[in-house]
Amino acid sequence: METLCTEKTPEPGVFSDMLEERRRTSDLSYALKSYSPQPYKGHPPSSARALHQAVMDSQYLRYITQEIATESREPVEVIREEASGILEEMSHNLQLSVIRLLGYTLNKVFKSVFRRILVNEDGLNRLQQAIQEHPVILMPNHRSYVDFLVLSYILFTYDLPLPVIAAGIPLMGMKLIGELLRRSGAFFIRRTIGADKLYWAVLSEYVRTIVRTGSAPVEFYVEGLRSRTLKSLNPKLGMMHMVLEPFFKGEVYDISLVPISVSYDRLLEESLLAHELLGVPKPKETTMGLLKARKVLEDDYGSMHVCFGQPISVRELAKGRITRSQYNLVPRDLPQKPSEEIQAFVSVVAHGMVRLQERDTVLSPWSLMALILLQNPEGLALVTLTQRTAWLRGLVLKFGAHLDWPAQVSDEEVMSSSMSLHRSMVGCEGARVFLLEAPAPGGEASVSPEAAVFRRAAVVLMCASYRNQVLHVFVRPALVAVAMATTPSTRKEDVFTNFKFLQELFSNEFVFVPGMAAQDFEEGCLLLVKCEALQTSDQQLVRTEHGADTTSCLQAILQPFLQTYQVVFNYLTKDSALVFTERQYIPAVRSYCLKLTLAGELPTCEALSSDTQKNVLNALLRMNAVTKTKVGDQSEFRVNKAAIQRIGDILAGRIPPQSAAFSRL
Amino acid sequence: MASNGKSSERQRIAQQRLRIIAGHLRKQEEADHIEIAAQECKAESSRTDTAKPNSVPKRRQEIMKWNGWGYSDSKFLFNKKGQAEFTGKRYRLSGLILPSLKEWFEGTFGANLQHKSPAAAALNAGAVPPPNLSESFVEELKATDIPFSHDAEDRVFRSHGHCLHEIFGLREGQYGRCPDMVVWPNCHIDVVKIVELACKHNVCLMPYGGGTSVSSALECPPEETRSIVSLDTSQMNQILWIDEKNLTAHVEAGIIGQDLERLLNESGYCTGHEPDSMEFSSLGGWVATRASGMKKNIYGNIEDLVVHIKMVTPRGVIEKSCQGPRMSTGPDVHHFILGSEGTLGVVTEVTMKIRPVPEYQKYGSVVFPNFQQGVACLREVAKQRCAPASIRLMDNEQFQFGHALKPQVSSMFTSFLDGLKKFYITKFKGFDPQQLCVATLLFEGDREKVLQHEKQVYDIAAKFGGLAAGEDNGQRGYMLTFVIAYLRDLGMDYYVMGESFETSVPWDRVLDLCRNVKERIVRECKEKGVQFPPLSTCRVTQTYDSGACVYFYFAFNYRGLSDPLNVYLQVEHAAREEILANGGSLSHHHGVGKLRKEWMQDAVSSVGLGMLKSVKEYVDPDNIFGNRNLL
Repeated sequence: METLCTEKTPEPGVFSDMLEERRRTSDLSYALKSYSPQPYKGHPPSSARALHQAVMDSQYLRYITQEIATESREPVEVIREEASGILEEMSHNLQLSVIRLLGYTLNKVFKSVFRRILVNEDGLNRLQQAIQEHPVILMPNHRSYVDFLVLSYILFTYDLPLPVIAAGIPLMGMKLIGELLRRSGAFFIRRTIGADKLYWAVLSEYVRTIVRTGSAPVEFYVEGLRSRTLKSLNPKLGMMHMVLEPFFKGEVYDISLVPISVSYDRLLEESLLAHELLGVPKPKETTMGLLKARKVLEDDYGSMHVCFGQPISVRELAKGRITRSQYNLVPRDLPQKPSEEIQAFVSVVAHGMVRLQERDTVLSPWSLMALILLQNPEGLALVTLTQRTAWLRGLVLKFGAHLDWPAQVSDEEVMSSSMSLHRSMVGCEGARVFLLEAPAPGGEASVSPEAAVFRRAAVVLMCASYRNQVLHVFVRPALVAVAMATTPSTRKEDVFTNFKFLQELFSNEFVFVPGMAAQDFEEGCLLLVKCEALQTSDQQLVRTEHGADTTSCLQAILQPFLQTYQVVFNYLTKDSALVFTERQYIPAVRSYCLKLTLAGELPTCEALSSDTQKNVLNALLRMNAVTKTKVGDQSEFRVNKAAIQRIGDILAGRIPPQSAAFSRL
Repeated sequence: MASNGKSSERQRIAQQRLRIIAGHLRKQEEADHIEIAAQECKAESSRTDTAKPNSVPKRRQEIMKWNGWGYSDSKFLFNKKGQAEFTGKRYRLSGLILPSLKEWFEGTFGANLQHKSPAAAALNAGAVPPPNLSESFVEELKATDIPFSHDAEDRVFRSHGHCLHEIFGLREGQYGRCPDMVVWPNCHIDVVKIVELACKHNVCLMPYGGGTSVSSALECPPEETRSIVSLDTSQMNQILWIDEKNLTAHVEAGIIGQDLERLLNESGYCTGHEPDSMEFSSLGGWVATRASGMKKNIYGNIEDLVVHIKMVTPRGVIEKSCQGPRMSTGPDVHHFILGSEGTLGVVTEVTMKIRPVPEYQKYGSVVFPNFQQGVACLREVAKQRCAPASIRLMDNEQFQFGHALKPQVSSMFTSFLDGLKKFYITKFKGFDPQQLCVATLLFEGDREKVLQHEKQVYDIAAKFGGLAAGEDNGQRGYMLTFVIAYLRDLGMDYYVMGESFETSVPWDRVLDLCRNVKERIVRECKEKGVQFPPLSTCRVTQTYDSGACVYFYFAFNYRGLSDPLNVYLQVEHAAREEILANGGSLSHHHGVGKLRKEWMQDAVSSVGLGMLKSVKEYVDPDNIFGNRNLL
């Protein structure tokens, strides 16, 4: 599992701008360029028709359809018809001509929207190698609608086999675009599958067949969906399990997992995201919506980075962890509940892949500036901002992050160029820099105080999203710093107990690989030592004098989260009813926060983020302070106020955590 | 005995068969091409001397190599012109030039004829550790008149099987722990006496049959402090009787395969049991390892062939009281003996099923566009239960290997024909020469039925894209089996070491297992610093209703490795792990010995292992049969 830990894999290497050459040649000649990629083991990609047939003919699907037919007392032909329909709805129909058309369009759009698209060619070379040896799974993070086809665009440009891509059904609903995406290699998955056995069966057999035959690289978002907060999301395991299964069952020798980190200087849908978090409903993904977005396309969005990580061998990961012979005694075609060993492995791999995505993400200076701006809600002097950002830059580099800081340009210029790119968020008057308020809808000054709060919060959350991109760099040392602050003793063991508690509490907020708490703790300590904020000796952790600045900055990074959690705890222990439904929760918390804000008592605007609010509830569920029951088709939550009170007290450092209670990590 | 009429009929058939065999062995100038015998592929050591029943003398060194495979007079070498040839007169390949072997050898292994790694020239008796004799045992043994020896050569010959590490060690002049003496019992009673004496004097006995083990079964346990006596059964080699009414033969267990078949053939019969080692391996060895024969589809494996077994154990003699064809008398005690690998006692006499010699034999072969199609075809053949006497599927690498063994073609016409065939298959039919593979077939029985059967199999093959590719290709495939072990010795002269191993696996996993194991070998070699990609190849050698037997060959150029033997052992170990992870068995017919012992518990569960151990404990509480195989 070592390969999943950071530091072991090689650096992303040099990035080069793939748009540079595109700007010199015509879009048409690009779209019509010769394209003859080297496929896996020399197998030509199989046709969509053949794939459909293989899935329908599979023993697995035969078995499942028969089983469902028996249960539902319907003729098996009906069930098979249904399965075929599901498959029809799902299937990709990758066609080179469409890719060329798309290449032509994307070329035009990207050239106008982005200054540069930076790609690490070393990574692409490694990918090319991997594709020829084993079935490859491309695992990008998902931050924008834009990145949906960007990998296909890059792979087409570099003459690599095109992937088939798992996409959400809503995308399919868009007229024309849906079909276009399908022909670009997208296959569509329903958002909520639930207990639909037949759907699961068709989907998993479809995915496994593609992996097994190696007919095309499979691309999917292990985070499950687009991150609205630009933070990494905890991975979804269903798809991960499907793509790994052919290895477990010996149907392929190995599988290569390629983490891909996509990052943007500026997101096309930045304001959309913040409004979603504040409860303004997401516009339905329609063709019209996209056309309206054309206005958006005329703006400047800076650079985009795509980093292709080192291919990870599943076989290497599984060494000593997976007994493949567990599949020896039951036909591999039959559905089997995965063993605990397999489930744990899938989870660790999925989390590890997210970590690798994080590690290879190229950050923009704006993320650092956003972090500082958020810590100074009243604004600050440009000089101070420049100084603090430069200081922070030193810290993130020490922590091993990749930063796209332009060389041979003064820090002042970096500041001003970033601020001009993000002028919708940040203003500079005199020598003072401050966050703006979002423009009111309709352009008039709003009258209601609630609306004013939301306008302010929208910018804060937008800004927070950019800060969130850099959080993974800090989260471990920051958790150690917070744990030390709330632990009365300096014994390493006691701090670790506190650390584990925090990790447990925040494991929806940040991505931690299960079972690696000790390593995370060590890593956090190590980084603190590296930046001279901590000395360790004889099982004692001692803060250094001159590292106080670092330590307090790290603590401050987590403050908005600590505060939001306490706000929600307060609401649940004081204001809320004992029992509430899923639908009631978010609006209730929101109006509670709004009330506090108007009273001037809300410590942070970020408490208004529905994402964090949901995370609190999930953390409490996980820690058994809230229980969930199904009533009809609604979920009901029952609050254990004493337990929440206790968690709040531990978080505030008022009482020590009981180590045994948080054994999950 | 049978009536005179029958007897003369039998003699007529035997005579005819001998004429046929003799005909082939004169390298078949204008012989009838249709009537080819399987025996043609292997050596016929004493074909004219039918009066002499035994091909193996007590002093094996008189005719056999001490540090390699087979007969001293038969070996591959590269002559002064750099052409490969096979010496001697015993085999069909003997005395022939193999023009393509050098190129294949150098191309496959990156080997070079300039880089030689010769073996130690002769057995250095002085380097063999002196015997540790039990004087009281020797004293009493002398009184029985059973021949014995503690000559160093005799002992070294019985200290090993034919695992790569064993032969490699001998070539380097390393002898390891050897048996301290060798005894040659002549009959069952002799064995009873020897076992009694061994028990009395607490001497360790290790049965020795043909010495063809590939599981480290003959290695003396280094921790054994008692005197080790190798019990060589080779002189117990008589067919004691033939029962023509029930079609059984009662045979002493030391007889080797080729003698058994030859002697039975003289009476018009055969057992049909033809393991690839049949030139040297013994009946007792087959029983002790659960051997499998090439033609098991008609005749069955050894467990199907035996009707009655007599074994001498420290507790006494075990045998059944009758020869009923099947019994319901609790677990079959024969199955304690079959596969016991010399840990319980010595098999002395076996009653085996026999069959009339088949009227007609015919080789055949089918070319498939790829291995996948080939396996699908074999699976279908198994499903329809119409497998010929033998059906084997070689992968592409092995097909090319087979081609490298083609002797010099005698005429322009043949080479023209070969070219035409190649053109037809690769250009006209569009087969990729780097993908195609070949199934070899052997049909046996009435002429009429064989032809009918042949058609049925070729029809199935055609459904999977198979093209009939002639008898010659088929026959060469089987020949490969008999000369492969000789080839390994040639490789070792030029820094190439190799080994074969086998498994059995359910049908649905055959392809996955073959691919994964072959790939694992390639990757492990690379990781361990082997400079040139290894030869990693497999074939499906047997079909069953629910699965198949798969045989792997792997070999690599070990030049530049500091500890090649260790690299080899690690790669083989990894390959076995891979087999087990892919649902393959620990062994189909080679047995466990000491080489695969570590996996026994996983293979049969700890309760299973406990059952076997408790049998051992009852039968041999003092571990007289102390070769420490299996358990």
